[in-house]
Amino acid sequence: MIKLGVVYILAGLVFAAFAVLSAADRKNPKRFGNAGFWGLVALSFLAGDRLGDLGDGVLVLGLALIAGVGGLGRGDPATTSPEERSALAERFGAKVFAPALTLPVVLVIGLLVLKPLHVAGQPLLDPKQATLISLALAAVVATGVGLVLLRQPLLSPLQEGRRLMDIVGWAALLPQLLAALGAVFALAGVGKVIGDLVTHWLPMDTRAAAIAVYCLGMAGFTMIMGNAFAAFPVLTAGVGMPILIRRFGGDPAAVCAIGMLSGFCGTLMTPLAANFNLVPPALLELKDRYAVIKAQIPTALLLLLANMGLMYVLAFR
Amino acid sequence: MLTLLGVAVVVLGFAAGFNPLLVVVAAALVTGWTAGIPPLQVLAALGKAFNDNRFVSAALLVLPVIGVAERAGLQERARMLIGRFRRLSFAPLLIGYMVFRQVTAAIGLTSIAGQAQSIRPMVAPMAEAAAEKDAGALDPEARERIRAWAAATDNIALFFSEDVFIAVGSILLMVGFLAQSGLNLDPLQLSVWAIPTALAALLIHGTRLVLLQRRLKRRGGAGG
Repeated sequence: MIKLGVVYILAGLVFAAFAVLSAADRKNPKRFGNAGFWGLVALSFLAGDRLGDLGDGVLVLGLALIAGVGGLGRGDPATTSPEERSALAERFGAKVFAPALTLPVVLVIGLLVLKPLHVAGQPLLDPKQATLISLALAAVVATGVGLVLLRQPLLSPLQEGRRLMDIVGWAALLPQLLAALGAVFALAGVGKVIGDLVTHWLPMDTRAAAIAVYCLGMAGFTMIMGNAFAAFPVLTAGVGMPILIRRFGGDPAAVCAIGMLSGFCGTLMTPLAANFNLVPPALLELKDRYAVIKAQIPTALLLLLANMGLMYVLAFR
Repeated sequence: MLTLLGVAVVVLGFAAGFNPLLVVVAAALVTGWTAGIPPLQVLAALGKAFNDNRFVSAALLVLPVIGVAERAGLQERARMLIGRFRRLSFAPLLIGYMVFRQVTAAIGLTSIAGQAQSIRPMVAPMAEAAAEKDAGALDPEARERIRAWAAATDNIALFFSEDVFIAVGSILLMVGFLAQSGLNLDPLQLSVWAIPTALAALLIHGTRLVLLQRRLKRRGGAGG
């Protein structure tokens, strides 16, 4: 059975290559900072299970310190100029889309064909991780397609990958680190404290008020914790289940489903959902780190209102 | 109450513009301190959780192939393609992308597109090229805004349609939670209630896209 470990080894090797190429990049004045940062990421992927918990913690501290002292620069691997790119786009035509479109095609093959396959009574892919394994496979195949079809230099995936990685910079690791913070919050019982605050201090004597507390609570709590999964058990145990479902007789499925989606409205408005809200501005090289959140806030607020209305109508028929 | 000090560190640290990686580590240490957990134990807990969550960063593996395609002119080609469809303007383009993303996510194909693999190399350049047809040459501010909206459209489409699929994480979480409370529901019963919100998201965000296109057009007309 192919497990996530294979993907981690691949990721580790790719980041190790980024580190080595960074160290050799004399055009980046902070090249050793980049090399150290991507090197630590590579170490985490390759040996994270063997470092021990405290070792991994020290590794995290190292990443935060390199980023915190401004140790990351931006590498400048040799590449094609904008004019050359336009000329290449003319010459290749639609072919230039092939690698990017190979990604979803191979992903779908992975999920629809490889995932159900069994070899010697064992599933070929770890069923819980089939998407990520398929995505890694798709990345490898698509890279091959790009190299052959677009006749790119053999080292270009690593050099161009490093360019994009340096553009995103430390923000690339923020989602993973925030997920880890969520675990520490859970350990210290932060969720329970907030849940108690909400249920003790807010009025919920009418159905409308209880719906507002539950939906706004899901959104607000999600903004603080960075994802709706942490908010759902707390708010549903505190408000959804005892008040909306038991006292007011709401349909459990509709209450929970729309409650979770209210949490997603919060996800659109918080920098703590870094992979959705902070990584894209970095990828798109935007000056304003919060530009994507700002574009999302009006939609999120209107949709939150819509969710409360939907719950009022649909959960209590 | 003191337990919430870590949350305050996150909020203030982000607001003050400190490096977020440092802020998160500091918040973890403060949270542990308020809960009476020794610093080394907090660091170990953080390290363990970081290691357990490596799958979050593994998706960065798509960057090399995107870089290769960009080196060969992918962004430029995406722009040219939009130029050829004379009548395709900004709002219909992003609404069309949103529908595509919602429909595919609703049948479970959430990773078929994404910020690194579709928005940066293709959708954002296409959106810029489409907006230029209405508004003429874009100033840097308008360009930033259009790129940000392309990214936002992907997020919104994904969030409010993935729950229509029965095997997605949040649906399974709800089924598990309700089962613990003695309510046994089928995933399908939960996922049908995601459909109204998915439609509301399309309606609300689609309207906002149309309004943004009008604003861009007005500004383009005034500025030449």
